[in-house]
Amino acid sequence: MTEDISTGIPEPEGAANLIETDYEIGQDNIETRVGPFGLDIHNPVFLISGLTVVAFTFLTLAFQSSVAPLFDAMRGWLTANLDWFFILSGNVFVLVCLALIITPLGNVRIGGKEAEPDYSYFGWFAMLFAAGMGIGLMFFGVLEPVYHMAFSEPIGVPSPFDADGNLIEENVAAAKAMGMAATIYHWGLHPWAIYAVVALSLALFAYNKGLPLTMRSVFYPIFGERIWGWPGHIIDILAVFATLFGLATSLGFGAQQANAGLEFVFGIPVSDTAQVVLILGITALALVSVIRGLDGGVKVLSEINMIIAGLLLGFVILAGPTLSIFSGIFNNSVEYLKEVVPLSMPFGREDDGFRQGWTSFYWAWWISWSPFVGMFIARVSRGRTVREFITCVLIIPTFVSVVWMTAFGGTAIDQVLTNVNSQVNQYVIISYSPELSLFGMLADLPFAAVTSFIAIVLVIVFFVTSSDSGSLVIDTITAGGKVDAPVAQRVFWCTFEGLVAIALLLGGGLGALQAMAVSTGLPFTIVLLLACYAIFKGLASEPR
Amino acid sequence: MFRKIMMPIDLAHADKLEKARTAGADLARHYGVPICYVAVAPSTPGALGHNPSEFAAKVEAFGSSEAERFGITVETKALTSHDPTVDLDNTLLKAVDDIGADVVIMASHIPNIADRLWPSNGGTIASRSKASVFVIRDN
Repeated sequence: MTEDISTGIPEPEGAANLIETDYEIGQDNIETRVGPFGLDIHNPVFLISGLTVVAFTFLTLAFQSSVAPLFDAMRGWLTANLDWFFILSGNVFVLVCLALIITPLGNVRIGGKEAEPDYSYFGWFAMLFAAGMGIGLMFFGVLEPVYHMAFSEPIGVPSPFDADGNLIEENVAAAKAMGMAATIYHWGLHPWAIYAVVALSLALFAYNKGLPLTMRSVFYPIFGERIWGWPGHIIDILAVFATLFGLATSLGFGAQQANAGLEFVFGIPVSDTAQVVLILGITALALVSVIRGLDGGVKVLSEINMIIAGLLLGFVILAGPTLSIFSGIFNNSVEYLKEVVPLSMPFGREDDGFRQGWTSFYWAWWISWSPFVGMFIARVSRGRTVREFITCVLIIPTFVSVVWMTAFGGTAIDQVLTNVNSQVNQYVIISYSPELSLFGMLADLPFAAVTSFIAIVLVIVFFVTSSDSGSLVIDTITAGGKVDAPVAQRVFWCTFEGLVAIALLLGGGLGALQAMAVSTGLPFTIVLLLACYAIFKGLASEPR
Repeated sequence: MFRKIMMPIDLAHADKLEKARTAGADLARHYGVPICYVAVAPSTPGALGHNPSEFAAKVEAFGSSEAERFGITVETKALTSHDPTVDLDNTLLKAVDDIGADVVIMASHIPNIADRLWPSNGGTIASRSKASVFVIRDN
């Protein structure tokens, strides 16, 4: 006789509306060995994604001089002609999320009515934040507020400088406010709404509906059983591509900034070689993290990351204009809420440089990044209600962005406006060196050598936390939604992310990286709009 | 001599574990002790089931089948892990203590170069568990 003391898969616990399907997760997988390494891969998603990535990497390396103009032309066309599409789509995602908070659909619990969260608030938030936008905050925290205040003139708000660089006093207050509001617009509700849509749809269809944790599952309400065939394969392959190119973009930014910081602090010259060595080193750290796994590697690193970031933030608040930062948190939030609607309108504006060069690029970037961040957030979010989920994935990160941007950007703006010889003035306004903007701001605060070193460490750790979680996500998608595929596969993807980043960096630098992110973002925007419909349909059938 | 046997089972590959299953059942019969089959799945839907009832039913059905086939007393324990690819060893080690097993019988592949990079589950359990561990190689 048997005595069943099973606890079972702990989801969904309590009432949930499972989707009945005969599809067995892993039924299309191929289990094989390559030398001593076992593989458990989805056919054909792994093979097509893997081979194309390999081919792409080699082609880019082989034709370095000809790919950059091609990517740049592609990016120019997309951001100039489809900016309205990205901006409107971003608005849709925010509205969907806000609707979920206020409607009874927010009562649905991910993982079933009785499910309990897998992770503490701190561990959960650390992981989702580090995966989502860590490197970007480091790169743009100083650059963007200063740049938008001085040059972008969002929705026609004039610069506080005249053509000769002299201050126009009457323009200062409005330009400062708009500089911060425009920056927070790029790092606030809109990006996090993009992540939240992807994450919520995936979590819902995996934990409540019993489908595999892979992008295709979200489309079950639309395609039905056909998601197990080519429509689903294409969605998953697209997700792998979007993730890889999104990661490569971020890795490129990270390597450049870390290299610039190393030159600034230690005199190590900026060069392709140094950046390649950085990517290789950081990929090696990411490998250690993925081999240690979700709890022992990714989570631990994300928590360390948050602690270091918190210390640096605390230092900037104390060493910078403290009172002005504290009042700025409130004032900038108000400015953001006041300006978010005009900034979100794609038509009838003349700020092409800002709208197309910044907003449109960002939205495409976040969207290309969203399958990865969304899948990762989904995986660690079991047990939260939809309302709690949206609050923690949308509202709290937006508030953190407000605080971060106010501290870093506010301090930098203060330095620029009060001291013409400030280093931020030098690196953002006089000679545009974006990768040095953060270090320039820190240089004019006390203990610059120490804080610059901490900033470099932080850039590197943020780099690693994106790379490791991204590898786990690609591994899961290419294993047909199985999260227990052999270790060799996550090692493969982690290594190739690094190689793709190197190829793109050498093949055309940042322009090529940006162009790739934008172009994978376009098809995925359509995918995300369909996901919004799937969320409502999926949630409507859940017990509340 | 023993109180309880624990046998980790990969239900997706149970057919390849015949030697270990037979050896475990023989030992259970010889000493007249129960055998607890332990299966681990990720906390996401996977190959072992779309939902808890499917997974639990599969583990229980496996246990019933072994009980009938070998005429032994059987328990089953279905566990979850956030990242079983990496966390399997720790999950199994905890299970040894939780179920009070004093001997673990498990299948493991013949060592190869890959084991130098990340050791086999059988090897790790044998090196870290307080219980006796009987590692049975594949054919």
